[in-house]
Amino acid sequence: MKKELAQSIHEALERQNLAGILDRWNYPATRAKAYEGIDFEAIRNRIAEIKGSAADHLEELAEKFKKSAEARGAKVFRANSPEAVKDYITNLCKEKDVKKIVKSKSMASEEIHLNKHLAKHGIQADETDLGEWIIQLAHQTPSHMVMPALHLTKEEVADLFSKETHQQQSTDIQQLVKVARKELRGKYFDADMGMSGANIAIAETGTLVICTNEGNARLVTTLPKIHVALVGLEKLVANYADAEPIITALPKSATSQLITSYVSFITGPSPNTDGSLKELHIVLMDNKRTAMAKDPQFKEALQCIRCASCLNVCPVYRLVTGHVFGHIYTGGIGTILTAWFNEMETTGDIQGLCIGCGKCKEICPGKIDIPALILELRRRVASKEGLPFIYKTALSVINNRKLFQAMLRAAFIAQKPFVKEGFIRHLPMFLSNLSEYRSLPTIAPVPFRDVFKKIKQPQSKTKASFFAGCAIEFVNPGIGAAIVKVLNKAGIEVVFPEDQSCCGIPHWGSGSFDMAAAAAAHNIKPLLADDVEYVVVGCATCATALKKEWPHLLKDQNMDSLVPGAKKVAAKTVMFSELVNKLIEEKKLTPKDGLKLQTLTYHDSCHAKRHVGIDKEPRAALAAAGYELKEMFECDTCCGMGGSYTVKQPEISMQMLKRKLKNIEDTGAEYVSAECPGCLIQLGGGLDKSGSKIKAKHPAELMEDKFK
Amino acid sequence: MFDKFKAAAEAAGNTEVQRFGAKAEALIFIEGLLKKEEIKDTPGCYAVWADSPFLKGIDTKELAAKVPGLKFEVTRELAKNAKIGITQMEWGLANMGTLAQDSTAVEQRLASALSWIHVALLSTDKIVADLPALMTKMHPSTSNYIALITGPSKTADIERVLAIGVHGPEQLVIVCVDESGGMN
Ligand code: SF4
Ligand code: SF4
Repeated sequence: MKKELAQSIHEALERQNLAGILDRWNYPATRAKAYEGIDFEAIRNRIAEIKGSAADHLEELAEKFKKSAEARGAKVFRANSPEAVKDYITNLCKEKDVKKIVKSKSMASEEIHLNKHLAKHGIQADETDLGEWIIQLAHQTPSHMVMPALHLTKEEVADLFSKETHQQQSTDIQQLVKVARKELRGKYFDADMGMSGANIAIAETGTLVICTNEGNARLVTTLPKIHVALVGLEKLVANYADAEPIITALPKSATSQLITSYVSFITGPSPNTDGSLKELHIVLMDNKRTAMAKDPQFKEALQCIRCASCLNVCPVYRLVTGHVFGHIYTGGIGTILTAWFNEMETTGDIQGLCIGCGKCKEICPGKIDIPALILELRRRVASKEGLPFIYKTALSVINNRKLFQAMLRAAFIAQKPFVKEGFIRHLPMFLSNLSEYRSLPTIAPVPFRDVFKKIKQPQSKTKASFFAGCAIEFVNPGIGAAIVKVLNKAGIEVVFPEDQSCCGIPHWGSGSFDMAAAAAAHNIKPLLADDVEYVVVGCATCATALKKEWPHLLKDQNMDSLVPGAKKVAAKTVMFSELVNKLIEEKKLTPKDGLKLQTLTYHDSCHAKRHVGIDKEPRAALAAAGYELKEMFECDTCCGMGGSYTVKQPEISMQMLKRKLKNIEDTGAEYVSAECPGCLIQLGGGLDKSGSKIKAKHPAELMEDKFK
Repeated sequence: MFDKFKAAAEAAGNTEVQRFGAKAEALIFIEGLLKKEEIKDTPGCYAVWADSPFLKGIDTKELAAKVPGLKFEVTRELAKNAKIGITQMEWGLANMGTLAQDSTAVEQRLASALSWIHVALLSTDKIVADLPALMTKMHPSTSNYIALITGPSKTADIERVLAIGVHGPEQLVIVCVDESGGMN
């Protein structure tokens, strides 16, 4: 990580007003209310289909739009590069003697830094969207895609307005808004040109659809005699009817409103106040969109409708804002768009900010798998530039369990100096040199493979092979022992294939797909060696690999011959709680009588809930085993562990943990449980450090002695 | 349909929906509103009334003489100095309380976008269910500027605190008239 990034993260973390504002908003609840009575999955499938198909026919739609709009009297200019856009607009301004422009929001114009360019030519462009105007006065870039000045406090806005009006302004928000109205009113009437963006461009009719709440776009497109709309090609849809689901979803996702106050459909010029016809210029900007559309993976990013809901729910964004995470286009999707629009290289650093929790993907109305695309960016950067040597070496070590074990033994014996060495810092998942909010995990004196040998197995027709994963094997073998014991109670014989190694997710997460595939390849055979009915995992991260990713990874790396085996493993893999819940339902496990009721709060690990969809099973199984559930606030928000994230982005990780710990404490429960040893290291370490009485336990540990 | 429309429209904030059986009653209400808002022939206190089917059969000269400051000619300058803007909308959407209008004529936009109070006239029988229903009634192929309006002009750009009336109207008064004759 570059120094500047670390510094800007640090600064952003010092200033938490944006996070506070998002908290007070309570976006998830208000959004859900706006979507009441609407089938979100259905509407986002429609949007994904409409925009996905538009991306497939970008060129065709652009030409069709041009034809339709020109038939209605607009001038349409297709610009490939930012330079072409700038030249067209400056020339137009010169030709028409335009000195003053009023603008309603256009992210495309920010993408190419248009205002700066116009200023160089003596043309003054004033933003009229309140947030955009504020950041223009502050000479900043947007921190949020929908509410660009969200990072500024009312006091800071009052200062900016005082400077602009040469008058001391109060910090009352209602007053400040009136100041803006007064200041900007005159500008609309004086401007020679109005400039806007568009939310949708309809090819069939040559129509621009513009949504605003403030009503500034109505004035911008009405009062000046020339209207220039700058539209990115990704705004194109084929037909009039295609606009409907977008207009329906956008305000609900963006601001939890049913609809924006104003929606304008502009098709060709309308009359001016003096009876003349408006001059309407539409600039369709490519700037890499066509290239994106041709990329099988990144095409999906063109489905974005810029609602910013992915920012509102992102645990990283809320902490560092769009000034750190993204550039112009912010957050996870911003990282992706910036990488394309501003050349891959410039975003290498910010790609590391996504922890991959999947919160954004759940609610994206464009149905974009944002974390997967960020991972793909990482993969491309990693395969182009290669990973840092030390990191690559660390990753290869964990693919070799014998070597890994030897190293960890050494670490166990000489824990402190070894940790300090630096090398071990790069071992993903459970070692880091941070201890401000979290105690360091210790390497277990006896690894799981040796613990297992001492647990006598029953002979049974039903066999399960246990995939331990690195954390259970080396840090917390007790979890593995508990899992085995519970399964034994149900009459299942557990086998532990000694030749297993890391599941490959750490490699995958760092963009090293070849090493991840190697990890998968290494494990398949041992796991299927005995005739087992189940492959049991006690770690949600490993479950993601075994249940979901291995077949894709192997296919992606052209290891097709291993795909059937991987699919077989996937079909047999169950998470521990998933299996226990099933065994309870089948009455193969019976809770003991007269269990003393204990209280528990449950943390949904990102991998369990959003990658493999396990969240009800552990709750049901734990309830059967005598635990009363006290749900915490944001139970499915990431704890900040994120594999090696805690090592790479320690400050952000610790802030996420802090919030999580508070939510856990607030329940007053005796235990917090999560079916992910990584989360448990993070949570347990945090609770320990803060002197909490609450214990972090794996469901297996909590159920170990609860069944007959 | 009307009840649903009214509830949704008023939920958008700073919006009131009135319903009258006859045009004459609606006119009395509007005159009362103009009086209450102290419309007079001084810049900043005008009311502009953009061409509306509602006005068919109404002697606008007489009305203008009765209410000084009420203008039926909507120019840039008059609209800029208007406290109230009156326009007739073509459709209402019951599910969101939205109004829709073909605003190609610039007077319609000036009157509804610049004033502090927007009075929107609507024929009660022109309320349709939702956006898909509206899209079968209005089409860009026949209207250059279709405007949908829901509630007042608002922003939450400073600290996400809601503020009303940032560039456009602070208040939306929807006047529904049942009597269809003279509204179309
Ligand atoms: S990526 Fe999805 S959630 Fe994020 S802004 Fe785009 S459409 Fe909205
Ligand atoms: S996956 Fe999580 S961390 Fe990454 S962008 Fe989405 S919400 Fe943010």
